[in-house]
Amino acid sequence: MAWVDTILQGLLLGGLYALFATGLSLIFGVMRIVNLAHGDLSILAAFLAVVVVETLGLNPFLTLILVVPLMAGLGYALQMLVLNRLLGRGILPPILVTFGFSVIIQNALLETFSADSRRLNPGGIETASLSLGGGLAIGWFPFITLAVAVLILVGLQLVISRRSVGRAFRATSDDQETAELMGIDNRRLYGLAMALSLGIVAVAGVFLGIRTTFTFSSGPDRLLFAFEAVIIGGLGSLWGTLVGGAVLGIAQTVGAKLSPGWGILTGHLVFLAVLLLRPQGLFAKARRIG
Amino acid sequence: MEPAALRIERTTRASRLGAVGAALVLIALVSLPAWGDPSTMRILVEFIALLVLAQMWNLLAGYAGLVSIGQQAYVGLGGYALIVLADDLGVNPFLSVPLAGLVAAAFALPTAALVFRFHGGYFAVGTWAIAEVYRLLIANTPALGRGSGRTLTAVFPLARETREVTTYFLALAIGVAALVGVYVFLRSRYGLGLMAIRDSEPGSETLGVDVFRTKLVVYVGVAFGTGVTGALIYLNLLRISPDAGFSINWTAYTIFIVVIGGLGSLEGPLIGAALFFLVREYLSDYGASYMILLGTLAVGVMLAYPQGLWGMVAERWDLRFFPVGRRVSLDPSPGPSPQRGEGEGA
Repeated sequence: MAWVDTILQGLLLGGLYALFATGLSLIFGVMRIVNLAHGDLSILAAFLAVVVVETLGLNPFLTLILVVPLMAGLGYALQMLVLNRLLGRGILPPILVTFGFSVIIQNALLETFSADSRRLNPGGIETASLSLGGGLAIGWFPFITLAVAVLILVGLQLVISRRSVGRAFRATSDDQETAELMGIDNRRLYGLAMALSLGIVAVAGVFLGIRTTFTFSSGPDRLLFAFEAVIIGGLGSLWGTLVGGAVLGIAQTVGAKLSPGWGILTGHLVFLAVLLLRPQGLFAKARRIG
Repeated sequence: MEPAALRIERTTRASRLGAVGAALVLIALVSLPAWGDPSTMRILVEFIALLVLAQMWNLLAGYAGLVSIGQQAYVGLGGYALIVLADDLGVNPFLSVPLAGLVAAAFALPTAALVFRFHGGYFAVGTWAIAEVYRLLIANTPALGRGSGRTLTAVFPLARETREVTTYFLALAIGVAALVGVYVFLRSRYGLGLMAIRDSEPGSETLGVDVFRTKLVVYVGVAFGTGVTGALIYLNLLRISPDAGFSINWTAYTIFIVVIGGLGSLEGPLIGAALFFLVREYLSDYGASYMILLGTLAVGVMLAYPQGLWGMVAERWDLRFFPVGRRVSLDPSPGPSPQRGEGEGA
């Protein structure tokens, strides 16, 4: 029963990882770039929530009302002012510029908030649990996280498959030049995609801050987990990222149970195993999003 | 009309001047222990280490298009290999430094089998993830001191001065070997193939360049150079821990040096490393702000002048101290600005 419990906890942890992975996957799907500052931006969102809690006294969940639009706006600005200027210059500039942002954000967080670890306290719900009978219980908060992740994925799926902006996303994802010929304004579209991505990342960062402590340097791990969830799930598959997140979450909790210190490592090793045995991921959808 | 005699130029006036200048600098550096003080030597060892890391990363990213964010894996592996070789296996610690490079190269082969499945941005994150795997594996190995790391004890019986001077000469040899090695490699036919791949992968393949093999050779060779440098760094520092040896900062420093100095040239990393050292010496008292400054500078350069500082200078005055390209000019009157040949430029 203890193992069932471990796997269940891992599955719920996967919900959080799917949140991180979705934003990364969306950006790669639409414009074929990997945002190396993805993890650090999520930590920035968590610190923003800390500031909002400390100044306005809001419950961490309610900070999302401010933090999500702030991060989305930052994403739009980042794309329009910086990343769009790198379009058509090959793979190297976006990697190096987003890596530069990663280092800048980390060090700016260190300067502003010191190296102390922080946590967002939502007032009890993070420890409340729901009994499933048979000695099994799941935490309310991990359950809410998974539910939010599923809701966001459903919402994103609807946007991508039904709305005109989603059609434009799919079109640029398939063929940037032709999409542009058909009158799609790629630059603005990329701005919207980055705004959407960072909005989702803001939710992920705040939920991370409620679940566990974080420091200025927690970002890179978030990027790596998101990346691993995307690869395990299969590039370009939105639902794959949920499965990828769950596989990664289960691997980490099972590994940590076997030996403390092996949690994250086991996650990495499962990722490498998938890469070796099924490089296209579990639910590959070649070069498409949606 | 008689077919004009074409001449392939592979040297420039600056490169001939550069060779003289390099020889003078080398003489000054070799004689340094006679007139300099130990702290200058330590700083130079550090400078050479960062310069070699930068040259290696430049070869990898600037020429082979393999933008790795995981080169810290080979710094850490080189550092740990030094300690295992020297302390546990009793190999001479100075001899262990080049051997540590071989260890790093041996790890690079299976790593390449995994990361070469990725391209572009995902290659970058993939290499980063693998560096984390190495860090965590070592942090969980009791024989390697787990999270707290190990100290290099094999050098303790040596007199301090002997150790410092030997480390300094070793660093100098590594620095010269790396610079000459990269230069000779890029001027060879493999270098030409590499630059062809950088300019167009499908194009170079149709011309008979073995793209996969060339990239693999560069990846493993760069891992060797990075591993040697990692061993050198920890021969200088004497103490390694997983968090320090596998720190992403090694790659961050390297990337900032190369990007600011100029990607895809041999002169760029030299300028970048000098600038990096200046900024660090003057601003490290202000905590993390020097990394913010360097990061901003790197992003700004990438946006406004992707060729970097050296690219700016080279273009303005047509200067090339280490020309790796080939220029075609008409004999006997080479024009003042000959046509650009293959493999020239970034």
